[in-house]
Amino acid sequence: MTPAMLTALLSHWKRRPFQFLTLIHGLALATALWSGVQAINAEARKSYDEAADTLTGGGLPNLVARNGLIAHETYIALRRSGWLVSPVVDGWIAGERGRVRLLGIDPFTAPSDSTIGTTIGPDSIGDTMGSEGAVLVNPATANRLGALNRTVREVATLTPGLALADLTVASDLMDQQGYNRLIVLPDQPLVQPDLEDIAPDLRTEQADTAEDLSRLTDSFHLNLTAFGLLSFAVGLFIVNGAVGLAFEQRRPVFRTLRALGASSRRIVALLIVELLSFAILAGAIGIVLGYLIASLLLPDVAATLRGLYGASVEGTLTLSPVWWLSGLAIATLGTGLASLNGLIQVARMPPLAPAKPRAWAMVNAGTMRGQLILAVVFLFAALAALAIGGGLVGGFVLLGGFLMACALALPAILAGILLYLSRFGRGPLSAWFWADTRQQLPGLSLALMALLLALAANIGVGTMVSSFRDTFTGWLDQRLVSDLYVSVETEEESSLLQDYLAERGLDVLPIWETEGDVRGAPAEIYGVVDHPVYESSWPLLSRSPDVWERLHDGEGALINEQLARREGLSPGDELELPGGWSTQVLGVYSDYGNPLGQVVIALPLLVGTYPDADKGDFGVLTDDPQRLRQELVAELGIPDEQMTDQAALKAFSMQVFERTFAVTGALNILTLSVAGLAILIALLTLSAMRLPQLAPVWALGVTRRKLAQLEFVRALLLAALTFVLALPVGIGLAWVLLTVINVEAFGWRLPMSLFPRDWIWLGLASLAAAGLASLWPSRQLAKRPPADLIRVFAHER
Amino acid sequence: MNVSVFRLAALIFLCASNALAQGFAGLGQTTDGFALPSPDTRFAFPADHGAHNEFRIEWWYVTANLEDEAGNPYGIQWTLFRNALEPHGAESDQAWMAHAAVSTPNGHRFAERFARGDSGQAGVSAEPFEAFIDEWQMIGPNLNDIRLTAQGSDFHYDLKLDADGPFILQGEQGFSVKSEAGQASHYYSQPFYQVSGTITLPERVVEVSGRAWLDREWSSQPLTETQTGWDWVSLHFESGAKLMGYRLRDADGSAYTVGTWIGEDQTSRALQPGDLTMTASAWSTVEGREVPTTWDIAFPEQELQISVSAIYPDSWMGTLVSYWEGPVRVNGSHPGIGYLEMSGY
Repeated sequence: MTPAMLTALLSHWKRRPFQFLTLIHGLALATALWSGVQAINAEARKSYDEAADTLTGGGLPNLVARNGLIAHETYIALRRSGWLVSPVVDGWIAGERGRVRLLGIDPFTAPSDSTIGTTIGPDSIGDTMGSEGAVLVNPATANRLGALNRTVREVATLTPGLALADLTVASDLMDQQGYNRLIVLPDQPLVQPDLEDIAPDLRTEQADTAEDLSRLTDSFHLNLTAFGLLSFAVGLFIVNGAVGLAFEQRRPVFRTLRALGASSRRIVALLIVELLSFAILAGAIGIVLGYLIASLLLPDVAATLRGLYGASVEGTLTLSPVWWLSGLAIATLGTGLASLNGLIQVARMPPLAPAKPRAWAMVNAGTMRGQLILAVVFLFAALAALAIGGGLVGGFVLLGGFLMACALALPAILAGILLYLSRFGRGPLSAWFWADTRQQLPGLSLALMALLLALAANIGVGTMVSSFRDTFTGWLDQRLVSDLYVSVETEEESSLLQDYLAERGLDVLPIWETEGDVRGAPAEIYGVVDHPVYESSWPLLSRSPDVWERLHDGEGALINEQLARREGLSPGDELELPGGWSTQVLGVYSDYGNPLGQVVIALPLLVGTYPDADKGDFGVLTDDPQRLRQELVAELGIPDEQMTDQAALKAFSMQVFERTFAVTGALNILTLSVAGLAILIALLTLSAMRLPQLAPVWALGVTRRKLAQLEFVRALLLAALTFVLALPVGIGLAWVLLTVINVEAFGWRLPMSLFPRDWIWLGLASLAAAGLASLWPSRQLAKRPPADLIRVFAHER
Repeated sequence: MNVSVFRLAALIFLCASNALAQGFAGLGQTTDGFALPSPDTRFAFPADHGAHNEFRIEWWYVTANLEDEAGNPYGIQWTLFRNALEPHGAESDQAWMAHAAVSTPNGHRFAERFARGDSGQAGVSAEPFEAFIDEWQMIGPNLNDIRLTAQGSDFHYDLKLDADGPFILQGEQGFSVKSEAGQASHYYSQPFYQVSGTITLPERVVEVSGRAWLDREWSSQPLTETQTGWDWVSLHFESGAKLMGYRLRDADGSAYTVGTWIGEDQTSRALQPGDLTMTASAWSTVEGREVPTTWDIAFPEQELQISVSAIYPDSWMGTLVSYWEGPVRVNGSHPGIGYLEMSGY
């Protein structure tokens, strides 16, 4: 009997291929976005792990200096006392297309089973050592490095974004004396003195680079994940609609099967088998689509991560079986969630229940009340998350709760609005139109919820991005005060340049900095000269009195907003700085786009405290940067590529910014199109069932054409109402993103700016989507043979 | 050690895939730019105890047969190799490798170290004598009076070595020929060390005493391409006489066997091919390999007919360049103790 039952059940899809397509489509889309985002995240995480593995010599602890670099003599003293450590030179070199991280290692002492030990092991000593020694890079990175005045050898197995070279070659390329770290090998000899006795200035640092990188990039990946989840939720609305409809329409089949003796358990089992095979089919399609999405988005994501965090994610997607399986699992889980209600109803259906598919779409006050209660629950969850303030995850709970509450409350609110509007109706046709619209609401509500979510996300994220862009460009204009930025390599060049510029009466702003740990996290420490331009160009978020005078007198430091928020610092607080001294926080400035903490102190203080600080960069104030640039090339022989003018720097910063949000934009559009599809599907399915409602109106003399027009208007009206309701939801979302998520994720708070013109476009777009979606069903109605409408009256119902 | 003149170079052939060996021996098999051993060279000590950077390869090689107070035998090895990556003798072109081992009743333990030439991490000075890599040291006032230390994660030793006899020049005045084709090295030894000191193991500290043997050798030439490995012994007989002998195996099954006889009067005589025969008589399975750990050695001129057998057959050096090296017991016409090294198995 089972094959016969299966044939009976499946025949539904044969008669309604479009419904079948809808189901598969919705599920595949949901799976695709979800697994695409997962693939990107997994790829990024893999890159971080590989990079960390390479950087720390296989996750080994490292010795670092409390201040500056480790002297060669210290390293030798350690080796000669029986400490097996291996020196590492770690820095950046400028390539033709961006910076590349360069690791210089000692193949003689590097841990032999680590990535670095095997990549630049003794077998490549021949061509990596000595003045002609090669730099080893991954082919993708070789492309970025471009023409380096060194032999560049491509090694496919190397971590992208990292260049490996022999210690001496790397020191030479970076012009560095001393080592950044010493890797502590795992097998230490039997007899050793205390580390403290040999090198009191060093401290052990556990290998945590991967964690550093994932902590920095966490917020970005969480954003992607949230988008993936949102799309998945929207996709599930579609699936839920399609499955629910299919169950309702098959009630006569179920009834007949039950009457023929099939147990409800058996029917449910067969339905589960059916749904499971759909889930696997759609899941497989979704995974392929997800792969496509991921590979299309990955270059942008990679550029963002590199620009924003210096994290390198390059190369191609490598998908693990786990990823494939999780894609299928999420598709199955989603199908299960979307069809649970339908299956329970089938299981409980009495054998002689009347076949009334219309019931599915009937106004159900109980359901609506249930949804409202659920909405309140979600709202409280969101508020609780806001009150407790549990970091980034708390922020997303707030976000999710708020969105779900709004979506669930939508049908009730729409019903209320429609009820209110119906009071203005004149004449019987108008009265029927409003009543009928309200009656259709439950059938359309899932699609409208999806639309609301997509629109709100669009408005919210759009507002956030625009606010960010607004603030960022303004801030960039203010902060980039120098007209020309010059970088020199040696002390002689540096004093030559300063003399040259002083002779010509130009103001020079040294951009000298060092790096070190501030409160246990990496930070940059800059020195500034006493120049009025800072006071006029640095926007301070909070300040103590006479902040600039005191800064220049060496009495304190300015810190960036990220550091202030992370450590809860405000003007007046004590701040410990590398080198074992501390100073007072004088003010906090905004520093967008920088994942690191930053400290600004007076230049003489920087030079005095950190003699190893990088002193090669200068900003110059000039009216004619182009001419000065040419003169510096001609008269001082400074290579042109060591200079950047303000415009180029701005353009570069904006480019990084735009790329950062290119991914967000793409996901936004995808989500919106999924929602549009949901409306189309809902309208199409409804139109087929609405004949019993329409036939009497037609019989009373309203033409099919008029009816079709009313259908069209109804779709537009509902979309417009949803859009209007989506506006406050979107602004609320933007507020959460700007004041909760951004602060947690990036450490800066942005002022919100509203862009109503964008909303007009979005409103028009959603009207167009709804209009397009209802065009087909309306046309179908207009061309429906009158015989179909007459038959309604002859039908058993 | 010894034959090993050619040890590293030979290993290039023996394990062509071995990364280190290739890197260490450097660029190709020619000796372009490097100094070549000459039969006319006469050693000048202590200068020649130091490094000869103009030659491609060189080592300072000590083995010692020791006993604890209960008479349990121990063996130790201390080796420092210098390899020039480029000719012309610059410090920055030198690469250093070192091996240390102890053979004990509870197993064989070893360690290895590497260093680049100009780092200060390894080096040799002739006077006062010091050879070192990291914390491992062979430090004198002079090469006849040295302190020897080395360690791994599971052993440490600290020994005092005092020589009561002269340096022995191997071959003809220290010019030691390695094949019919004429490859050669400069080679001398100090086989007359009396040793005392401690071996520290994770579980106990052992006071030991015994005899040690130093080999100094440098060259620029590799073995011939058909030579597949060698078997080398240094033996202290109870009579006070000593024997160094080695057997270079050829791919065709033949062998080139020579050595040096050191009489009770501490005078030496170079043995010609054919004077000495070395025949493997028993094999052990070590680290998955069949290694001949017992040898029958005959030197008819001295009516010598002995059996040399490994005290600890597990003395495998699982270093990047791997080989067997451990203490042996000598039975037969001339009883005694000594060291055996075998490569290419």
